[in-house]
Amino acid sequence: MSKPTSPTSAKLIKDGAVIDNKWQTLANTDTPDSVVIPDGAVLVPLNVWQAQTDTLSQRDNIGVWIANDITPAEYADNLKSQPVIAIEFPVFMDGRGFSIARLLRERFQYEGDIRAIGNVIRDQLCYLKRCGFSSFELSDDIDLTAALASLNDFTESYQTAADQPLPLFRRKA
Amino acid sequence: MYQYDQYDHQIIQERIAQFRDQTQRYLSGDLSEGEFLPLRLQNGLYVQRLAPMLRVNVPYGMINSTQLRRLAHIARHYDKGYCHVSTRQNIQFNWPDLAEVPDILKELAEVEMHATQSSGNCIRNTTSDQFAGFAVDEDVDPRPYCEIIRQWSSFHPEFAFLPRKFKIAVTGSDNDRAAVQVHDIGLRVYRNSDGELGYRVYVGGGLGRTPVIGTVIREFLPEKHLLTYLEAILRIYNLLGRRDNKYKARIKILVKALGSDAFKEKVEAEWAHVKDGPTTLTEEEIARARSFFTTPNYATVNDDEAQAQLDTQAASSIAFGKWLSRNTHPHKVPGYAAVTLSLKPTGVAPGDITDTQLETIATLADQYSFGEARTTHSQNIVLGDVNKNDLFALWKAAKDAGFATPNIGTLTDMICCPGGDFCSLANAKSIPIAETIQRQFDDLDYVYDLGDLSINISGCMNACGHHHLGHIGILGVDKKGEEFYQVQLGGNASEQSATASLGKVLGPAFDAQDMPNVINTLIDVFVENRHEDELFIDTYQRIGLPPFKERVYVKAN
Repeated sequence: MSKPTSPTSAKLIKDGAVIDNKWQTLANTDTPDSVVIPDGAVLVPLNVWQAQTDTLSQRDNIGVWIANDITPAEYADNLKSQPVIAIEFPVFMDGRGFSIARLLRERFQYEGDIRAIGNVIRDQLCYLKRCGFSSFELSDDIDLTAALASLNDFTESYQTAADQPLPLFRRKA
Repeated sequence: MYQYDQYDHQIIQERIAQFRDQTQRYLSGDLSEGEFLPLRLQNGLYVQRLAPMLRVNVPYGMINSTQLRRLAHIARHYDKGYCHVSTRQNIQFNWPDLAEVPDILKELAEVEMHATQSSGNCIRNTTSDQFAGFAVDEDVDPRPYCEIIRQWSSFHPEFAFLPRKFKIAVTGSDNDRAAVQVHDIGLRVYRNSDGELGYRVYVGGGLGRTPVIGTVIREFLPEKHLLTYLEAILRIYNLLGRRDNKYKARIKILVKALGSDAFKEKVEAEWAHVKDGPTTLTEEEIARARSFFTTPNYATVNDDEAQAQLDTQAASSIAFGKWLSRNTHPHKVPGYAAVTLSLKPTGVAPGDITDTQLETIATLADQYSFGEARTTHSQNIVLGDVNKNDLFALWKAAKDAGFATPNIGTLTDMICCPGGDFCSLANAKSIPIAETIQRQFDDLDYVYDLGDLSINISGCMNACGHHHLGHIGILGVDKKGEEFYQVQLGGNASEQSATASLGKVLGPAFDAQDMPNVINTLIDVFVENRHEDELFIDTYQRIGLPPFKERVYVKAN
């Protein structure tokens, strides 16, 4: 599992708006049992969550970030009640996260916030949103207000996805 | 053919607006080269050796006269007056100005065309049989399914950043003119013994540096499950395909690594979750797709009389007779024929076509073939529905326009990628090789006597010229900065048989100037060993590689 490729950004896009990012991201660690989890809202790596589930599940401000080479079915139940699952994009061209998000939303009915972290670009926002992502941690040098427009690059689509349970052909009169 | 509804128009317009904004941000420096790259690729735009190249989709090869005229306009107004028919039935413009590409996309959208996903690591244009709908050997018209796949795969949010490009082909005939067995997914539509429609599903075929014939992972997939099954395959590939090495990223490598049984198990397990879900095709949707591919309003023609007249015309004009036997094809409707317009006269890059030629084809299509035409993977144009009584007039018109070279399926009807003259990936030039071979075989009667013989030329391992599938395949290779050509024999895209085969390497590569002689020697060996009217591929399969190899390298030494 790799480290998130970008540090925690100051702002997030969430639910169609730019907001302050109150979450800090804990980097990957070789000592998941003993690493100290800071106060406040924290995204912890999956191995830390697994090692410290008993204590961390007592807190309501712990999210989990996952690498994109995991098998969602193995973790979905375990993560179900966490407020945030963040999926890491090591490079924006690596599209595994799109499938993982859909599985979390559509197959495992995860209802919390699914966040795209790592190397994600503005021009992916619409597809990410369609696949079930609800928040986006983009690089700080991106104009997030301008980027909001990309969330709605498409207002109609052929396929089902997390945002649309019916394909176009079943919705046409 | 398919006609856009309000939704298709709306989605395409949104795409153009998106790409216009991306292009502006790139040109103003707000979007980096690296980030713009996949975005422009997914809109068909490569950066070539000399200029950008825009690849326009011709969905499963269907094109109408309005679209042909618009392509002519684009060639004239935005390019250098010509374009190129690719080996995947698409149209390529070699000299567009990047800043004008959004305008070109707008021009295309007005005539219901697009360049969406014609390159990049996404689901590409679905290809099919250029004779779909009228082929005498066709069980089921594949085009409605191609259109259903086109819509499903367009702007699919989950599969826009796959490990590598992904190509799907569909055929409804045993004579597999779409070469479905060398695609990432190949589908053969057919009716099973209970009379139900469905698909045989091949996965993991492909050319490139690791040519593989696809594996059947499902012998019969019922019709309505098309999209859920494709979705299951794509999801497994998206999650598990290799991303560490682009040469090992195609689905064929995943299928090989897992083994086809294990791969199939994963697909079936994934499919169990999505099967019968909302993406399952409805009868209404299948009927809607089918309604666009109805038979045109054919005239009632007395086939015997029409044929007798053709025989008389052929007897009085040898040239017409040759064209009739090489460039026309049987049609399932009596009194009709399909015609291939050759884009392979000697001296023109195979598949190149000018603005005025496009307009001529549009006129011929309007006049003789219900306003429709097809692009073919062998880089020619087909007029699919021609009344036999019109063939002589059409031949004369085609001859005047330079499309009547009677070489379809022969040695000079070569498939050839743009090669090192245009493409930044190529190791070697391919067009000049095609031209020297065409010049070597300038005796049409001789070429004609040789019968069906395919020569496929690729300028590099990426195999855009499908060299593995040529009866004679030629691959450009780079040796210490110099261009050489490797020759392969025995490839077969299975137009005459139910199974495809890949060519075998003859031996060490040759210098460009030796190529015409090498081909000549191969043909000599064929002619000497040929049984009566046997075809090259059959002689090759009978006598094997050694006699060819021996002679070529004896001469070379």
